Amino acid sequence: MQHTISILVANEAGELSRIVGLFSARGFNIETICVGKTLDPAWSRCTIVTRGDDRAIEQIIKQCARLARVREARAVTQLPHIEREMALIDVSVKAGGERQEIMNLVQIFRAKVVDISHEKMILEASGNWQKVDTFIEMLKPFKINEVTRTGCVAINRLSPFEQKTEEAAA
Amino acid sequence: MAREDKKINTTIIANSPAVSKEASEKASPAPRGAEILVRSLIKNGVDTVFGLPGGAVLHIYDEIWRFRDSITHYLVRHEQGAVHAAEGYARATGKTGVALVTSGPGATNAVTGIATAYMDSIPLVVITGQVPSTMIGTDAFQEVDTFGVTLPIVKHSYLVKDVRDLEAIVDEAFQIAKSGKPGPVVIDVPKDITAHLCENPRRIHAEYLFENEDLPVDESALSLIVEKLNNARQPVFYVGGGIVTADAADELMRVVETLHAPVTPTLMGLGGFPTAHELSLGMLGMHGTYAANMAVAESDLLVAVGVRFDDRVTGKLATFALHAEIVHIDIDPSNIGKIKNPHVSLIADAKTALRKIAEKLEATDRAALAGGRAQREAWWLKLKGWRDSVPLSRECSATEIKPQHLIEELYRVTNGDAIIVTDVGQHQMWAAQFYPFKRSRQWLTSGGLGTMGFGLPAAIGAQLARPEKQVVAVVGDGGFQMTNQEIITAIQYKIPLKVIIMNNGFLGMVRQWQEMFYDRAYSEVDLSVSPDFVKLAEAYGALGLRAENPADLRRVLEEGLNHEGVAIMDIVVSKEENVFPIIPAGQDTRNMILK
Repeated sequence: MQHTISILVANEAGELSRIVGLFSARGFNIETICVGKTLDPAWSRCTIVTRGDDRAIEQIIKQCARLARVREARAVTQLPHIEREMALIDVSVKAGGERQEIMNLVQIFRAKVVDISHEKMILEASGNWQKVDTFIEMLKPFKINEVTRTGCVAINRLSPFEQKTEEAAA
Repeated sequence: MAREDKKINTTIIANSPAVSKEASEKASPAPRGAEILVRSLIKNGVDTVFGLPGGAVLHIYDEIWRFRDSITHYLVRHEQGAVHAAEGYARATGKTGVALVTSGPGATNAVTGIATAYMDSIPLVVITGQVPSTMIGTDAFQEVDTFGVTLPIVKHSYLVKDVRDLEAIVDEAFQIAKSGKPGPVVIDVPKDITAHLCENPRRIHAEYLFENEDLPVDESALSLIVEKLNNARQPVFYVGGGIVTADAADELMRVVETLHAPVTPTLMGLGGFPTAHELSLGMLGMHGTYAANMAVAESDLLVAVGVRFDDRVTGKLATFALHAEIVHIDIDPSNIGKIKNPHVSLIADAKTALRKIAEKLEATDRAALAGGRAQREAWWLKLKGWRDSVPLSRECSATEIKPQHLIEELYRVTNGDAIIVTDVGQHQMWAAQFYPFKRSRQWLTSGGLGTMGFGLPAAIGAQLARPEKQVVAVVGDGGFQMTNQEIITAIQYKIPLKVIIMNNGFLGMVRQWQEMFYDRAYSEVDLSVSPDFVKLAEAYGALGLRAENPADLRRVLEEGLNHEGVAIMDIVVSKEENVFPIIPAGQDTRNMILK
C-alpha cells in the first residue's frame, strides 16, 4: 500500500542519502520525495511517498529514527492528514477555442496560468495528488509538452477527525 | 605526486580563512588538522591505532610519528587486517577500536571490516584519508567516495569539510560509536584539511548533537514481564550479543537463578552465560544443541534479551517458538518486531532491564517464587531428558584427528580460560560447540557478516588489548589464507599470536552443504593444493608445527601454546567431517539432522 512518511532531518550534506539508502536497499521505489528547511533552518522536513509492505515500511521508519541526524520519523498516513502537491504543466494551444476550453479546466481545478505565448500555456495546479492527476488527465486531449511535479508534502491535521469536506474543496 | 601535493596544500593554507594574520605571526603557530586529529584521539582515550599509511594520510602519519609516545600505531599489511585488529581490540575489551587508512584502495580494503563491525554492533572509529577537498569529484588519483561507499554499513559517518569542525567530529564519533547499540563510525578526512591550521575550533550545531538518551524503562512492561516470568511453566531465556555488549552477565545470572529458568545463548551471546552452568542448554540455532532448539520449540514463554531473531537462529520463522509468548528486550527499537512480533517488548539495554527484573523478582514474596519454581519442575525433567538423550557428540578415531577432539584438547591445554577468536565455517561451529565458555568477551567471532579472514588479525587486536590472557585464533585452512599476511604484523611487534589451523583441505562448510544438499557435487571447494603452512610460518619467522595424528595433538598444542613468540599450528583433521546437529536453512526443529 501507499505510505507517506515525514522525517525531520539535519540540513546537512549526505543525510538525505542515508534515508534514501534505506529504501533502495530493499528495492523500494520512492514515488515522490520532497525536502525543504523548517522554521529552524538547521532542520529539514522530508516527505517521502512510497509503496511497500507495511511491515517493511514500519521497519524503515524505525531505522530512519535511529539515524544520528534524524530527530523524528513517522508515518503520516496513519493519522488524518493533509497532502498537497504542485504541478507545472506546459500545454500547446491551437488557434480557435482551445485556449478557452483550457481556461475552463483551469477554473474548475482552481489552477493558474503562469505563462502564456501564442502557441503554449504554462499552468500551475496544486492539491492532493489525485486532483493533480485528474487535472493532467483532463488536459491530455490537448497536447501536453511537459509536466513537472513537486511530489507530496504532508502535515497532520489539527483535529483528529477526518474533515472530508475541506479535503474535497481543496 | 608528492611535489604536487605540497603545492596544493600551500595554496590552500594561504587561502584558508582559519589562518589569520595574527596567528601566522605568533611564535607557536596554530595546530594543523592532522595534529588536532591525533590530539583528539588521545583525548578520547585512544592509545592503540591499527593502520597503513598512504598519500592522503601523510600529514596524519607525520603527527602519529610526533605523538608516538602517547599513541602506538600498529602497521598492518592490508587494511582489512587493520579494521579486524581494531575489532578484535574492541570485542575483547568493549572499548572503541580505531583504524587509520588512506583514501581510495585503503578505504575500500577497509570496507569488509567495517561491515563486519556493523553487523555485530562493534564500536569502531575508522579514519580514512581523502583526496584534497578541491579535487573531490575529479576522479583524482586514489579517490573514491568513501562516504558513499560506506553509507549502508556505518552507524554514522563524516566528510570533514572544515578543519574547525575536526575536533568536535572526533569527539562525537567516539560518543556515537559506543552509545546505545554500538557500531562503526567513519571519518573521511581530505588531505588539505589535515594541513589547514586552526586556532578556533567550533562545536557541532548544538541541536544535532547526538544524545545518549537514557530512556526511562517502561515500568508497566517491566511489571508485565515479571508477572509472565512468575507464571510461566516452560520459559526459556534466549540471549545474544546484547548481554556481552551491555556487560549484563551478572544480572542475567541473578534473574535465571532466582527463577531457576533455562538459558540458551546465540553464537554472539556465547560467554554471556557460562556454557557449563546447570541452567545452560547450550547454543541455539542452526548448529545449536538439540536441547536448546527443542526447548524453544516447546516453550510457553520465550524471553529474548539482546537478540535480533537472526535467520540462523530461527530457521523457519512461522514455526519458531510456535507455542510461546515472546518477550523481547533490546536497546534498538528497530529490532522490535523486525522479524517476529513480540507480545511484550521493552526498549532498554540488557543490563538495566535484567537488573530491574531481578530487583522486582527479589521483591516478590518467597512463597510465590518457590511456587513458580515448583511448577517448572516438569519442564526441567523434559529439558534434562533432551540434554541427556542427545548431547553434543563426536566420533573417536585412533588414526585421524577429529576436529571436535582438537577443540576439546584446546580447552584442556588452555584450562578453558583462553580468549578464542575464530574465522567462519565449520571450525567456528565446532569451537562454539566444544569449548565451554566461562565469561563474556572470551569468544570473539564474526557472527552477522560471517567474514572469513577475520580470525587472525582480530586475534592480534585482542592479544594487544588483553596481554595477560592467552589468545588463540582458531581458523580454517580457507580463511587462514585470506589474511595470513598479518602474521608478520605479530612478528614485528612481538605479539605472541597463536594460530590453530583446522586443516581439512576443503572449504569445509560449503563442502558439507554440497554433500548434504547438492548430491555431493564438490564444486570448487578443494583446497588440497595449499602452501606448506609450517614452512610458511617459518618464512615469517614464526614457529611452525604440524599434527597429523591424534598421538601428536596434545604435544603440538602444548608446544605451540607455550611458545613465547608467534606459533602457527597446522592441525590436519579428518577431511569430510560434518557439523551436527544441523537444522537445514529455513526449516524448523523437527527437521534437525543429528548425525
